[in-house]
Amino acid sequence: MFDWLANPNRFNRITEKIQPCILFITIITLISGLYFGLFDSPKDYQQGDAVRIMYVHVPSAWLASFLYFSLAISCVFYLVWKHPLADLVSSSIAPIGALFSVLTLVTGSLWGKPMWGTWWVWDARLTSMLVLFFFYLGYILLSNAFERKIDGSKTASVLAIVGLINLPIVKFSVDWWHTLHQPASIIKIGGPSIDDKMLLPLILMIFALSFFSLYMIILNVKTKLIEKKCEALLLKSNLEEISKTG
Amino acid sequence: MNAKYRRLFITIIIILTLGLATKLILMALEDNIVYFYTPNDLIEKFGDTKNIQNKIRIGGLVLESSIKKEGEKTIFMITDRKKEVKVVFKGPLPDLFREGQGIVAEGMFQNNNFIASEVLAKHDENYMPPEVADALKKNNVWKGASD
Repeated sequence: MFDWLANPNRFNRITEKIQPCILFITIITLISGLYFGLFDSPKDYQQGDAVRIMYVHVPSAWLASFLYFSLAISCVFYLVWKHPLADLVSSSIAPIGALFSVLTLVTGSLWGKPMWGTWWVWDARLTSMLVLFFFYLGYILLSNAFERKIDGSKTASVLAIVGLINLPIVKFSVDWWHTLHQPASIIKIGGPSIDDKMLLPLILMIFALSFFSLYMIILNVKTKLIEKKCEALLLKSNLEEISKTG
Repeated sequence: MNAKYRRLFITIIIILTLGLATKLILMALEDNIVYFYTPNDLIEKFGDTKNIQNKIRIGGLVLESSIKKEGEKTIFMITDRKKEVKVVFKGPLPDLFREGQGIVAEGMFQNNNFIASEVLAKHDENYMPPEVADALKKNNVWKGASD
């Protein structure tokens, strides 16, 4: 089954068809999410307009975690089944996940200053989120640090799988320990403790950023496939050159 | 067992071992990971505030009608509805600071008074428009901070 999925030609054919749909959903949900988030949703009773930061912060944080999970799973496929496409997928996910973890840290910091009274604290949630960002960075750096690409891919994949341990810590840190960061509002026992009018833009933004990520990952994988093809063609023409002159 | 399944098996074993190791480390480091103690935690853990020499953080709610201003100093009680700690703080308070608000204070004990060097507001997980908050207060089902 994985062989079926990991065929580059089939991948290209399928994504060719679904890419426009993904882009369309991204644009629609992003525009409506931003409209409801910035204009047509109430202020919070104590945060005022600062609550609107949440509509970027929470989806970014979810995606940073979810993309890391996908990255690590793709690394398992690469290490165990040795599919080259799995490696392309992991390295395509990494920069997008890193982007969302930075966005989470920056927007959180901007919210923290007026609400908590500080830009940053070393509590369990914030620290584990920073560690998640470092795992993304480590993966990107390590996969490019070797002379042979395949060595880099393998080492970085091991690192990515090790980093999987950090994900439950990010998610449950607010329940396991006393943290300054508030516990979960949406997925909790007894239903969300967030007003419906605020939940709407939040969910729209989660969809928007998810589909945006999917679109970017497909685009990245396609670019990398073309790069590989170019390299192969170049190698072939060089070999022909050598065989002619030799 | 073919090579594929051996690799899968090794990967799973590595993840489980690392998970267990991490859990043990986190358990051992629990005191360093908790960002603050509640007043009740403090008594359970240290017995008496005299035993606490280091800088620590206390978290809880600002006890109703306990806030007093003495010049630049603000004196108030932090409570977890079981025990209370008297806090003395000199400096700017966060905007959300008021009675019933969750806060975290960092500082040291001096003769049973907690001399705070920093006070942070702890936001809860409830988000609602002002009208909804007013309605909840009117119907006496309000659980949050008072204004």
